[in-house]
Amino acid sequence: MKMLTFSSRTAKEILRDPVNLGFGLGFPVVLILLLTAIQANVPVSMFEIESLAPGMTIFGLSFMTLFSATLIAKDRESALLQRLYTTPLTAADFILGYTLPILPIALAQAVVCFITAFILGMEITINVLWAVLILIPAAVFFIALGLLCGSVFNVKQVGGMCGALLTNLTAWLSGIWFDLDLVGGAFKKIAELLPFCHAVKVEQAVCAGNFGDIWPDLAWVIAYAAVALVFAVVLFLRQMKRQ
Amino acid sequence: MTDAIKITGLTKRYKDVTAVDGLDLCVRQGELFALLGVNGAGKTTTIKMLSCLTAPTSGEAYLGGKSIISQPNEVKRIIGVSPQETAVAPKLTVKENLEFMCGVHGISKEKTHERVNALCEEFALHEVMSRKAAKLSGGWQRRLSIAMSLTGEPEILFLDEPTLGLDVIARSELWDTVRALKGKKTIILTTHYMEEAEELSDRIGIMRGGRLLALGTAQELKTLSGKDKFEDAFIAIVKGEK
Repeated sequence: MKMLTFSSRTAKEILRDPVNLGFGLGFPVVLILLLTAIQANVPVSMFEIESLAPGMTIFGLSFMTLFSATLIAKDRESALLQRLYTTPLTAADFILGYTLPILPIALAQAVVCFITAFILGMEITINVLWAVLILIPAAVFFIALGLLCGSVFNVKQVGGMCGALLTNLTAWLSGIWFDLDLVGGAFKKIAELLPFCHAVKVEQAVCAGNFGDIWPDLAWVIAYAAVALVFAVVLFLRQMKRQ
Repeated sequence: MTDAIKITGLTKRYKDVTAVDGLDLCVRQGELFALLGVNGAGKTTTIKMLSCLTAPTSGEAYLGGKSIISQPNEVKRIIGVSPQETAVAPKLTVKENLEFMCGVHGISKEKTHERVNALCEEFALHEVMSRKAAKLSGGWQRRLSIAMSLTGEPEILFLDEPTLGLDVIARSELWDTVRALKGKKTIILTTHYMEEAEELSDRIGIMRGGRLLALGTAQELKTLSGKDKFEDAFIAIVKGEK
């Protein structure tokens, strides 16, 4: 009950911010439209809607990190968290209350991306439903990063770390914008050590109905999500204790 | 009159700095007790320890008979805290902020409705009920902040510099609000404003360097320092002239 109250407040704070809605939901859609327009004039296989839309659902998740990190950092700075630490809310209430409500927002964002893709000619299949569901581990990874960053950084730092750095890292290292093989070398090796391109490959495989191809990429994503979640909880509890 | 708060030897050290140094103090039930002191005197650290935000290095305090060290969850059920900064959820309306705080205190939906209405009445919040907290003036935000700290019907209320940064009118209105709570709750008020402490408090404790230098009513402290004005008395006590 207490956790649900806290979750409801988290969702309201995020969804009532027009900047959040504009960037979180609008930006990936604008990019799908823009890159599809480029594809129409200069055909590039990776910008075909079947490849682009699944990739964009992963890129969109980077905004979930920004949402959760900004909210937590603001709550710390405004002393709202300090007030709440003097109430009967438990550490689990805080952690779940900050993370759970962002999960449906992340999935809703993926649905919006796929609806846009359908309008642009992507085939409507049941696989897309699975693609939305299989997004959960990647969503947990990005949300946990938000909890982690919000526990460590102030609002300004969160804007730089999550708003600029993470969104760009996700874009560059996911293989959505350009083929990682084209760059190759250390860049490709680093990209393959991180979860972004693996998450995109999982989404693309599921959308194409190639469920056998999701491994080992999904394992990378799940492992990163688990590790990020553990670190996020530890750092959140640390800042809670410091209060 | 029984003691709502009993503090013995309460100490907080941060590495080389002793923020609160062996504080002994009793606050009576229903009393409005003001803690005064210059910056770094230890007022906020004392409140943080009493509200279970920070663990003391040594010493003990009992709030309503519950230990802040061994019974923090029980203590949290009987206290309300209005922090120094305006701690409201900015994108929630005034009504939603109050409902939110009722929810985190585990108050049922039926009772929440009653409680929110009662607090709106008590704090004259009806005219801003549907406005988002971020859109309120500083005075209204502080009023909401105090109302939020009362949602759990606390026995003991901590007001940490509630009028900091407010204009004269907003401060005067907030004083009326605090006056209306006098006698109903035990209130610990920290402030930098001498007139606020003199005007509102039953008793005043003056801190410096983490220690309690003097304790008494405003009149008693003026007599102690031999000054006519309370501000002069405060300065004399803090400077060690008395």
